[in-house]
Amino acid sequence: MKGFTKKTGVAVLSVATMGALLAGCGTSNGNSTSGSGNSANTTNSTTSTGTGNSGSLEIFSWWTGVASSKALQQFINQYEKQYPGVKVVNAAVAGGAGSNAKAVLSSRMEAGKPPGTFQVHAGNGSLLSWVQAGDMTPLNSLYKQMGWNTKFPQSLLNLVTFNGKIYAVPVDMQRDNVLWYNKKVFAKYNLTPPTTFNQFFTDAQVLKSHGITPLALANHGNWETTILWSDVLLGTVGYTKYDQLMSGKVGWNDPGVTQATNTFLKMMQYTNSDYNSLHWAQADGLVAQGKAAMNVQGDWAQGYFTTTAGLKPNVDFGWAPTPGTQGVFAAVSDVFGLPSKLTGTDKTNAENFLKVLGSSEGQKAFNTLKGTISPRLDANPSDYNAYGQSAMASYKKDKLVLTPTQGGLNPGFTTALQNAMTQLISSQNVSQFVSALQSAAQQNPLS
Amino acid sequence: MNQSGQTTASESPVGVNKIRRPRVRVETLWAIFTLIPSIILLGVFVYYFIFWTGYVSFTKWNSFIQDMHFNGFRNYVAIFQSFRFQSDLRNMVFFTVFFMLGCLILGLFLAILVDQKIKAEGFFRSVFLYPMAISAAATGVIWSWLLNPTTGLNLILHAFGIKHVPQWYLSTRILPNVHIASISGGFPLAMIAVLIASIWQWSGFAMALYLAGLRAIPEELKEAARIDGAKAMRLFFSITLPQLRPITTTAVVMLMASSLKVFDLLYAMTGPGANFVTDLPALNMFDTTFQGNEFAQGAAIATVLLILVLIFIIPYLIGTLRKEVSK
Repeated sequence: MKGFTKKTGVAVLSVATMGALLAGCGTSNGNSTSGSGNSANTTNSTTSTGTGNSGSLEIFSWWTGVASSKALQQFINQYEKQYPGVKVVNAAVAGGAGSNAKAVLSSRMEAGKPPGTFQVHAGNGSLLSWVQAGDMTPLNSLYKQMGWNTKFPQSLLNLVTFNGKIYAVPVDMQRDNVLWYNKKVFAKYNLTPPTTFNQFFTDAQVLKSHGITPLALANHGNWETTILWSDVLLGTVGYTKYDQLMSGKVGWNDPGVTQATNTFLKMMQYTNSDYNSLHWAQADGLVAQGKAAMNVQGDWAQGYFTTTAGLKPNVDFGWAPTPGTQGVFAAVSDVFGLPSKLTGTDKTNAENFLKVLGSSEGQKAFNTLKGTISPRLDANPSDYNAYGQSAMASYKKDKLVLTPTQGGLNPGFTTALQNAMTQLISSQNVSQFVSALQSAAQQNPLS
Repeated sequence: MNQSGQTTASESPVGVNKIRRPRVRVETLWAIFTLIPSIILLGVFVYYFIFWTGYVSFTKWNSFIQDMHFNGFRNYVAIFQSFRFQSDLRNMVFFTVFFMLGCLILGLFLAILVDQKIKAEGFFRSVFLYPMAISAAATGVIWSWLLNPTTGLNLILHAFGIKHVPQWYLSTRILPNVHIASISGGFPLAMIAVLIASIWQWSGFAMALYLAGLRAIPEELKEAARIDGAKAMRLFFSITLPQLRPITTTAVVMLMASSLKVFDLLYAMTGPGANFVTDLPALNMFDTTFQGNEFAQGAAIATVLLILVLIFIIPYLIGTLRKEVSK
């Protein structure tokens, strides 16, 4: 009897513990599926009739931050002014730099309950996946009706066009290949921002000899070094080959990739040693404080320099294209598309919202608050700050290319690239890195 | 010994009701009835999703678009061949072992300290338990500041004139560095940082368990041993430790569960680390599934993780069960 009681006690305990254990394992992967449960509630309201000024509209994004949600509200305000009868649902999903939102979106698309429109990156990332799955409606007639074909540069439209059909409306533009530098440090040692890798290494030698870290680097998120690497790749192989690599038209065993990777590793010798523990803004902090001279980062860094660090553009800090990338603009653009499963009022409302998203007033209100620039060619530079004006000038004349870290490529390839990068910076094994890229591109087609 | 067995059993919190045979039927029905809601919830949200995860791991669903075609064991082959997953397995073994040892030893030590009838016992108990109340993400961020070699505790060491400050937070060294498959086998030094943070967080939990266990040891037992001439050491190893066995079982099972699930701490603190020296399967699974959208491979990682948990824990439980029965 004693033995029995004890045994039962342990059995009960073990069952309880196993339950707890399994719960832990199960829920981590159950996230995406449980999302569909939530979405069923929100889409229930999108069933009514009418044309353009009734029913509801659901806008799906991962803009939950202070600036980005305020900016998104500008589009919503303008839409509500034009269509006061429509109930707008702002279905923004926070967390994971958009990965949570993408998981929720994916389960909703599968369940056949898409939102009215959703945020996605221009390029061959998830936008291409949705197009290939037949989940998106082409917007060629909307573009024609609104005259947008000439309002956006062709090079940008190319990033949202598949098989001759345009699938999305771009709302903002950010740049990935920017070299940020401390102007005072550069002036002190009579340096100019390097336009070639040779110049970079010459500058770096000078800075290093004066005890200043030439290139500040962060890599806590595992994508920061990948940005640097892709910019070095662009600067090494040039626009045409880079574009072919990113769209899978040239194999990754191309000698240019090896050459660029070697240059990249050489640049790594001029960085701060603790990059693995720094977030991107901390690396820019080193530049702001003058401890480091340069940093390669997307142009979201300008918000850090001006707002957080309180520096003056063109006085305290400056910017230039990364070495060898003059005339090329590594574009990161948020775009919105029209899910093909929408019908009736839902579709009309979504189309009307896309018109607001593409409008010049909407984009001005949105981008000035978000700290990005409007991708429209007729956008007025004087609405933006010093950096925005210079970025806009480059954007209007430069060739646009995709960038691997910001949702522009097959996400499976990007993850594999970042994993290979983690190995590369510690093993310095370039041939292993190149073959990892090759097999990543085979497993995750780039176009 | 027999007497002690009886005492533990009757005091065990999960001991079942022994008497009242005639009313068993009603009680059973009532028990089933009250269990139904949690059985349904567990069935849907735990066991169904485990089944679903297992199912997905055998499909070709490795992009955004769902593709449920059968893919055999290819996802498993892919993850076991990957450098990252091999590193994860190595890290997991070392992390789990040292984490459990650290928590158990430190927890027992703290429990014995607190059990010494000290003043303000409640205060110390709370202090030691408090780290558990802090979210793992906050713990990770704080410890990453403290242990970062250029900004953290090393500045204090510098101030004391120590020249060779520890650099292992960012180290990619692996000891003893034996070549296994495509990775270096051994203990990754950078893991020390993660171990410090997680042991700091969880040893209070072990302390609480052990403290309850220590209090449950009947005073007569110790008294009898003392009369028989046992000294403090003998008392500890022959009376206290054996009496704490059930507690240790519970602690090991709970700590192992928490160590295999570690995600938030790593995500906030070191991330996967250079060359994946601090990566663990849960983090890899998150990246694979939700960043890379390779759902089938992510599901394969989750399934392997589940099987590993079962492999580690089931024999332990069966073993404990057998020993208990043989008594």
